[in-house]
Amino acid sequence: MISISGLNKSFGATPVLDDIALDIAPGERVVVIGPSGTGKSTLLRCVNFLDRPDSGTIRIGDLSVDAARATRAEILAIRRRTGFVFQNYALFANKTARQNITEALVTVKRQPPAEAEARADRILREIGLGDRGDSYPAALSGGQQQRVGIGRAMALDAELLLFDEPTSALDPEWVGEVLDLMRKLAEARQTMLIVTHEMQFAREIADRILFMDGGRIVEDAPPAEIFDAPKDDRTRAFLRRVTAAG
Amino acid sequence: MRGLDLDYMIGLLPVLLSYVPLTLFMAAIAMAFALVLAAALAVERVVRIPVLDWFVRLFISFFRGTPLLVQLFLFYFGLPQVFGFMTGINGVTATIMGLTLHFSAYMAESIRAAILGVDRSQSEAAEAVGMTRGQAMRRIILPQAARVAAPTLVNYFIDMVKSTSLAFTLGVTELMGSAQKEAAGSFLYFEAFLVVAAIYWAIVEALSLGQRRLEIRLNRAHAR
Repeated sequence: MISISGLNKSFGATPVLDDIALDIAPGERVVVIGPSGTGKSTLLRCVNFLDRPDSGTIRIGDLSVDAARATRAEILAIRRRTGFVFQNYALFANKTARQNITEALVTVKRQPPAEAEARADRILREIGLGDRGDSYPAALSGGQQQRVGIGRAMALDAELLLFDEPTSALDPEWVGEVLDLMRKLAEARQTMLIVTHEMQFAREIADRILFMDGGRIVEDAPPAEIFDAPKDDRTRAFLRRVTAAG
Repeated sequence: MRGLDLDYMIGLLPVLLSYVPLTLFMAAIAMAFALVLAAALAVERVVRIPVLDWFVRLFISFFRGTPLLVQLFLFYFGLPQVFGFMTGINGVTATIMGLTLHFSAYMAESIRAAILGVDRSQSEAAEAVGMTRGQAMRRIILPQAARVAAPTLVNYFIDMVKSTSLAFTLGVTELMGSAQKEAAGSFLYFEAFLVVAAIYWAIVEALSLGQRRLEIRLNRAHAR
């Protein structure tokens, strides 16, 4: 069980997250939607302390951390239970695709290199890049890089995978392959918290959709309800805008 | 105007060449120490450890702000008068010390700039997979910074090789010192120093070839 409560975050005088509370059950797939600048990415980044919350509690399984007084060790422990997929992939530029996956297994999880490599090769095949293990990120397409980014997060066996707009930086031609991979993870009931603008995808794979506006979770409901019968005016207005554009 | 005494120069060449290993030895040892020290200084300047940061800034300020020759004289002639245990310091050791400290101050600044040039998403990605800041620095940030800093660092190494010639002011008979002695005996200063210049030039050219190969290696990850 993942449980976030009382989460607040400001950048200077600007409040970005306002008393967020959120529970995610194991195997649940939760998608966050909403206008830009409403704190969706910040919420994700606060969960694993890439941005430090001002206050709140983050609980993952039996590990509970009080954000206001989190120690370095607690932050590491949280990060070791989560995986993060970045909008701009953020693959280690000095490492091959395979090394991007083995890196944390060897340095963080202290696995023997041979074991880590075998795992990386299995993941590379799973993400459809079995033959690109020796390629550096600079030699991969955006879609391939993001698939390695997801593979790197998968290798951690994290209790929660966080996806921060994983397809927003991609050329349209690569979006499909990344969504397909995420769909596979969703089908395997990997616990996921996803920020995305891909509404069709969200509708397909999500157990719950969170609509965020102004740093708050405005609506939290199954996709059918959010998309077909939104309760809040802001949700309706947002969906009208994105569906008109799409 | 007189002609060059070519026979003298040819005869002098093997004599002076026998000092090349000492020159390379001093430069190589000093470079190895300076790289480690500069990386440590640079990392400190980026993460800024209270109190220590003040000392590091003072260190860099002093060793960049005073001439290498002055620093060498301080180590060789000055410090032994203050610290008894340094009395026996020989010229080669003092030179290696001086070169290390002097160049590490410069190199720290270029490594620091290179670290700051690595995209922030790289350290975020490292932290997101659970690496400590130290692991992220060693395994992800510094290797990428090294690629950016390499041309500048090779430049400093070249400067260092040439600066070993100052060891002769500390009484070390190295390349420059032996040329000075030979010239004083033969009075053929122009010939002697021309040979010295040619030898340094050849060493530096050889290093430049090495630089190209090093850069190709470091750019491996960035070839498309």
